[in-house]
Amino acid sequence: MRTVAEIRELLEQVKDPEIPVISIRELGVLRDVKMEGDLVEVTITPTYSGCPAMDVMQQDVEQVLRKAGIERFNVRQVLSPAWSTDWISESGRKSLLEYGIAPPPHTSDIRALKGGVPVTACPQCGSTDTVLVSQFGSTACKALYKCNTCQEPFDLFKCL
Amino acid sequence: MTQQEALFRYAVRMGDNSLVLGHRLSEWCGHGPQLEEDIAQANIALDLIGQARNYLTYAGEVEAKGRSEDDLAYLRTDRDYLNVLLTELPKGDYAQTIARSFLFDAFHLPLQQALTTSNDERLKGIAEKAVKEVTYHLRHSSEWLIRFGDGTEESHNRAQAALDDLWRYTGELFISDEAEELLAKAGIAPQLDGIKKEWSATVDRVLNEATLKRPADGWMASGGKKGVHTEHIGPMLAEMQTLQRTYPGAEW
Repeated sequence: MRTVAEIRELLEQVKDPEIPVISIRELGVLRDVKMEGDLVEVTITPTYSGCPAMDVMQQDVEQVLRKAGIERFNVRQVLSPAWSTDWISESGRKSLLEYGIAPPPHTSDIRALKGGVPVTACPQCGSTDTVLVSQFGSTACKALYKCNTCQEPFDLFKCL
Repeated sequence: MTQQEALFRYAVRMGDNSLVLGHRLSEWCGHGPQLEEDIAQANIALDLIGQARNYLTYAGEVEAKGRSEDDLAYLRTDRDYLNVLLTELPKGDYAQTIARSFLFDAFHLPLQQALTTSNDERLKGIAEKAVKEVTYHLRHSSEWLIRFGDGTEESHNRAQAALDDLWRYTGELFISDEAEELLAKAGIAPQLDGIKKEWSATVDRVLNEATLKRPADGWMASGGKKGVHTEHIGPMLAEMQTLQRTYPGAEW
C-alpha cells in the first residue's frame, strides 16, 4: 500500500494537456489526495466551468493510478472553493514563463480583475512595452498580447 | 409547488439561459468579423456551455428521475426550455450580437454575484466559478458596445438600432415566477428587484460612454420563463439536437 506522499509524487506526471510543462499540482487543479484504507481519493477542480481539458486531466489521473497498480480509487471534481490563478505555484509560474506564456498578475492587483490592464512583461524579451490585443486568446484561460519591442505576439495566463 | 420543484425549474432556467446564449454565440465560430473576435465568442460560448453543464447536471439530480445533463439539453422540446427570450434571438449582425450579450451580461453578473451567497451549497459553488467568467464577458460586451456607439456613424446607428430592437426583451429578465419567489424566501435565489437596479446602473453607465440612447420602456415581450418561446428557438434546437435525435444515446 502506498502513502499519500507517494501518490502525490505519482501525480506529478499529470500535466495540463494544453500547457504540457506544468503539472496539475503546480496549476492548483489538484486539491486533495486522501487514503481511506486502500481507497485513494483524489479531488480536482476546474480552472473554467467549460474547460475542455478537465475531463482529460481526470482520465490522466485515473490512468496514472491504474498503471501504478492501484485498483481502488475515486477521482472527483469540485467547484467550490473556485479555482484562482493565485493557486499556481511559484515553480508553475516559472515554467509558464519559460514556455513563453506570461504568468497571471496576482488577484491582489485589483486592476487585473476590475478591467485595468496591469503591466505585463514579454516572456520572450522581457520588455514591458506590451499591448493587449484580445482578452480571449488561444484558450479561455489566456489573453493575447503583443510586444512592441520584439514585435512577437504572446499569451498571458489571465487573472481569475 | 414544492421547494424541490422550484429548485429544479430554477436550475433548468439558469442552465437554459447559458446553453441557449452559448449556442447562439457559437454560431460565430468560423464566421467572426475578425480573428480575435471569432476566438473571443467561441471562448465565451465555452464558458456558458460549461455553466450550463453544471446547472443541468444539478437539475437532473434534484429531479431524481435519472435524467443526465445530456438528456436535459438534447431531449427536451422548446416548451420545456425555460430560458429568457433574449437569449434565443438570432445572432443578427455583430452590433446585435454585442448589444444582446451586453444586456444579458449586465443582468447575469449581479445575478451570479448574488448567488455566491445562496443557502444552496451547489448553486453557490457554481456561482463562485461563474462570477469570474461573467466578469470577463461583461467587460468584453461593454467595450465593444462603446466602440460601436462612439465609433463611426454606421456603427453607431447599427448599435442604436440593435438596442431599440432588443429593449422589449429586457422586461422579462426581472419578472419573478412562482419558483423564484419561493426560492427567494428560502434565501436560495435573489430577489430580482435588486438585480434590476444594478442592471439599470450598468446600462446607463455604458450607454452614456457609448453615446447611445437608452430606449424608452414600452411593451415588453415575455413567455420564455414559462416555456412559451419565439419562433426562433425551434430551428435552433433542431440544429443543436440533431445528432442526439438521429443517433439516440450517442456518446462523444
